[in-house]
Amino acid sequence: MGFGEAYALQRELVESRKKGLIADQLLLLEHAHVITLGRNAEERNLLASEEVLSRNGIELHETDRGGDVTYHGPGQLVAYPIFDLREWKRDVVAYVRGLEQVMIAALAGFGIEARQQEGCTGVWVGEAKVAAIGVHLSRWVTSHGLALNVDTDLNYFRYIVPCGLTKPVTSMKELGCGASMGEVREAVVEQFAKVFAFQTEIVQETMA
Amino acid sequence: MTDVVMPQMGESIVEGTLTKWLKKPGEKVERDEPLFEISTDKVDSEIPSPSAGVLSEILVEEGATVAINTVVGRISDGSGAAAATPQPAAVEAPAPPPVAALVAGAALVAAPAAVVETAGPISPLVRKMAREHGVDVSQVSGTGAGGRVTKQDMEAYLGGRTAAAAPAAAVPSPAPMAPLGRTEPAKTRVEPMSVMRQKIAEHMVFSKRTSAHVTTVHKVDFTKIAKLRSRVKEDFQARYGFGLTFLSFVARATAEALRAYPLLNASIEGTNIIHHSNINLGIAVALDGGLGLIVPVIKDADEKNVVGLQRSIVDLAARARSKQLKPDEVQGGTFSITNFGTFGSIFATPVINQPQVAILGVGAVEKVPVVVDDAIAIRSVAHLALTFDHRLVDGALADQFCQKIKSVLENWSEQVL
Repeated sequence: MGFGEAYALQRELVESRKKGLIADQLLLLEHAHVITLGRNAEERNLLASEEVLSRNGIELHETDRGGDVTYHGPGQLVAYPIFDLREWKRDVVAYVRGLEQVMIAALAGFGIEARQQEGCTGVWVGEAKVAAIGVHLSRWVTSHGLALNVDTDLNYFRYIVPCGLTKPVTSMKELGCGASMGEVREAVVEQFAKVFAFQTEIVQETMA
Repeated sequence: MTDVVMPQMGESIVEGTLTKWLKKPGEKVERDEPLFEISTDKVDSEIPSPSAGVLSEILVEEGATVAINTVVGRISDGSGAAAATPQPAAVEAPAPPPVAALVAGAALVAAPAAVVETAGPISPLVRKMAREHGVDVSQVSGTGAGGRVTKQDMEAYLGGRTAAAAPAAAVPSPAPMAPLGRTEPAKTRVEPMSVMRQKIAEHMVFSKRTSAHVTTVHKVDFTKIAKLRSRVKEDFQARYGFGLTFLSFVARATAEALRAYPLLNASIEGTNIIHHSNINLGIAVALDGGLGLIVPVIKDADEKNVVGLQRSIVDLAARARSKQLKPDEVQGGTFSITNFGTFGSIFATPVINQPQVAILGVGAVEKVPVVVDDAIAIRSVAHLALTFDHRLVDGALADQFCQKIKSVLENWSEQVL
């Protein structure tokens, strides 16, 4: 799914969620190659010009999520929870820690020991980052979310300094895990249900 | 004039970065319209305006990181009159907060205003009162959520100050009326009850007046469960992310006993007995700082295993304390459990949560010397106190019910929790 399209869908769902028209939603998808700039993005963390990017088939988007620069693309599981935190915890830190917990537990199911790192939001294996987080909140309704590298082509990260951190990026595949996107998606949904204590109802497969 | 403050977006958050003003000074803003954006960790949040008016002042520039509750700007109501908004709750909670309904019973619902106030920041109204009367707010003892100073607290404080100040005015008038014969006014302090406290008081007296309270106490040997618990405790914590407590075993045994003796799960309505087909366990939760208690309900508790019960207990207690329970989560209870053992009590005589007919109090689990087969052994023992409504439940039935709980707990057979 293109980033712009997903962005529009999120906004629509956020509005409906704010009005209480729908229950909490969880979007799971893969993006086409795109580099996004968070609210706190610094120019110098984008290492290529827009022209170079577009020549390589990479879109560039500014967004209203928290965080710096990041890359999304095929082989990366992107999860966008549209949750009303007033019905869970009014606590953004707890929410972000919850997202990390979801991925750590999901990764554990595939034999990968991941961890949180104090002061560095995201999920880490050793000193490498396997999943990134960036969230936007409006009236306690969340959008954006997390991106987990399943078998992402990590070469694309060379165009940026991910999240402004000069630390390596890794993927489940690089860590020796051959799990398919479908298996990882299922594990992530299961952990979301556990961590955020909700019952799941799969509406539509939204794979790119 | 309304102060706009840096909101607290989570328990552990002490500061936030103001990333963007969405309005310029002099611009009109509607109540709840996004006013500025803040950033904490990897989360960006739009913060709605606490009131309608004109953004008159920006005190914190974009990019600055300030402590929570710092005044970042001011909104004037346009007409220049003060006190535009009577009581905007905390800035971060403009939408109607979930009503954390009652306190010790299903029938009464506490008024949202008193129960749901966000802890921490003082309201602009209180700040204004403090300014006008030259009061240091930290000197006023707060009765609001989390010790927050409310308008009533301010009024009480100001009232007390006036009373105390009056004699000092040194006008030797004829002896004052001293309506209550209070000779030393300085040693008393008048404090209006919070709405929640009033509801609790009302409910407690109503319950005592309604039911024929009788309490029976049974001693239960928890040794087997204590061993099981200490064996699986660490794995359990690692696996589920919360601890395993005796309470969830008691809840499991109680659900089992309620199935065996369903009359304890009934309620009385006039001269009718209402039998409930669902077993909905209320778990009493004490709010921090003596602010009262709430009894959230685990629906269909008999369909849950120990893990499920423990998860519900942890979740409901946490949300009760942070005032995020939904109204239907404190209603529909058919039986209640209160766990005063956590505070060291051996046993107590709890008050029934109307319109239920019984409540089980769980005392502290302690290691004590016990005679087993004419030898002295060390066992983990607790007292379970059942208060029942003698109008409906006979003593024999109450004791059979307790024996059932005791037998489930002492002969615990579920290796899989």
